Amino acid sequence: MSKKPIITVKNLVKKYDNFTAVDQISFEVFEGEIFGLLGPNGAGKTTTLEILETLRNKTSGEVFVDGFSVDKDSGSIKKRIGVQLQAAGYYPNLNLTELIELFSGLYGIAVDPIEMLSKVALTDKAKARYKELSGGQKQRFSIATTLINNPRIVFLDEPTTGLDPQARRNLWDLIRSIRDTGTTVVITTHYMDEAEVLCDRVAFVDTGKIIGINSPDHFIDELVASGFEREKQVKSANLEDVFIQLTGKDWREV
Amino acid sequence: MNQPLPYSNFKATLAMAKASFRSILRSPSSVVFTLAFPLIFILVFGFIGGGGITVDVGVAKDNNQQNPIYQALTKIKAIHLVETETAAEMRSELEKGRLDGIIDIHTNPGKLPAYVVDVEYTKASLEKGNILKSLLNNVFYQINLHAPGSPPPVAELKEVTVEGREYKTIDFILPGQLGFSLLSSGVFGTAFVFLSLRLTLVIKRFFATPVQRYSIVLGEALARITFALIGALIIILIGHFAFGFTLIHGFTTVINMLVMAAIGVIVFMGFGFIISGVAKNESSVPPIANIVTLPQFLLSGTFFSISAFPSWLQPISKALPLTYLNDAMRKIAFEGAGLTDVGHQLLILAIWGIIVYAIAVKTFKWE
Repeated sequence: MSKKPIITVKNLVKKYDNFTAVDQISFEVFEGEIFGLLGPNGAGKTTTLEILETLRNKTSGEVFVDGFSVDKDSGSIKKRIGVQLQAAGYYPNLNLTELIELFSGLYGIAVDPIEMLSKVALTDKAKARYKELSGGQKQRFSIATTLINNPRIVFLDEPTTGLDPQARRNLWDLIRSIRDTGTTVVITTHYMDEAEVLCDRVAFVDTGKIIGINSPDHFIDELVASGFEREKQVKSANLEDVFIQLTGKDWREV
Repeated sequence: MNQPLPYSNFKATLAMAKASFRSILRSPSSVVFTLAFPLIFILVFGFIGGGGITVDVGVAKDNNQQNPIYQALTKIKAIHLVETETAAEMRSELEKGRLDGIIDIHTNPGKLPAYVVDVEYTKASLEKGNILKSLLNNVFYQINLHAPGSPPPVAELKEVTVEGREYKTIDFILPGQLGFSLLSSGVFGTAFVFLSLRLTLVIKRFFATPVQRYSIVLGEALARITFALIGALIIILIGHFAFGFTLIHGFTTVINMLVMAAIGVIVFMGFGFIISGVAKNESSVPPIANIVTLPQFLLSGTFFSISAFPSWLQPISKALPLTYLNDAMRKIAFEGAGLTDVGHQLLILAIWGIIVYAIAVKTFKWE
């Protein structure tokens, strides 16, 4: 994999009054990778993400996204990124085709709504409203809206929270396929199994600081080498494997 | 990367407007507020008609108020004497049917009859003219009966009927309902849409696209105005063809009314922007919105002419923007006024617009 940075963050600080949400963070995201921001709630993951997405002003530091500064060129950045927000809704009373048309107008790019929906396997829901979709379908639709402008980078904020194991695996496949077309993916998640199988590299964020950044394998190997052992000996399968074995890999749509 | 064309704010605004318009059409509450309510009220009030009848009669300022005929007329409750207008004003009011008649009481010095009363009726208000006629005949009969030396009558009635247009209940009710429809659509619609777009993070998601803020507001406004104008047109056309609503200059009048409607809804949307910023959640919108709409519903001449209100209430009525929209609509539709003729009403609406949007800019929240 090439190691060309597409996002560069230097000494990023975000303060709310007396509270420092992001404290001197520096990291790079490489072109074409799936980069995970991991950490407990309130660690500053979403704030960091929203600063990269030009949705929030920073207090200090430097941020470059695909070569553009978030201070000077947020307009150019917006045209090059796709953003999926945690818990965002969509314009009321419109069906999926119409929502894609709306976003296509907002991005100023002509797209075929059906083609966009086919990328996330939602063509049969083209006339459905967003609120009528299942959790997994909602997330897939959200991802479709991030792909309209053929972005260089997509940001996904907890895309798999609340999904069943099948829908989660289905979304992983979708995210990998986005990465495989050359798009860089920045993702936040609370699920470490997900980060382990999905992310090329992860950064651990806690209390506004980055406390480690490397590939999942590297972190695991490092921990094992330090003499760490799980209290309970791990079996070669877990309950989720049982769930998938019993209920099948195909995702369910109600 | 395929971005051959430069980004167009205009196209983004139109995309916004199209989406918003589709959404409004599918929202039951906006259709009910804009069309169903006004039409129901028009139906109900159109068929019920007015309650107690008062006949407005103009009296020349220089008439001697001591003469027995004048004295007798003041004692009749159904007659409301208007004494403050010049002859030319009274004539114009009579033609519009705002006065139901004009009387001029002359003395006839040294001769009989001692008094001659000239009465002018109007075709604009034939029904009330007939009531006036019978009231006057009754007065004269009483006076002549009590006068000594009959048969020469003390008073003589000389009657003329002027040409005028009939002012129907619908001519009063429809502009009021139209005004109220614009008010509720502007205030409730705008407040709900922007609050829910903010709370559900739809606007935040929009901000992650290259769209400009003004495109979002402008697109929403365009959709709301278009919808309000279509609603206004339907109300006017149903009023005209089904209930005989008067459109003096036909098509031109309709266009003038629609321009007025657009101005009205723009001012009222300002209230909606303020409410969307002030309200914490969707359930706090209706109470705040009702504070804006209800007083205007009751006091702006929507159902009753504000001249029927007690004098202490009239200054309040005359401060409300809907009063001026209703007034201008009635002048345009029934009197054939052009937009320049309702300059005063436009000025007051413009002042309201400036105040409301100045507050809206302060209170509006994007996230």
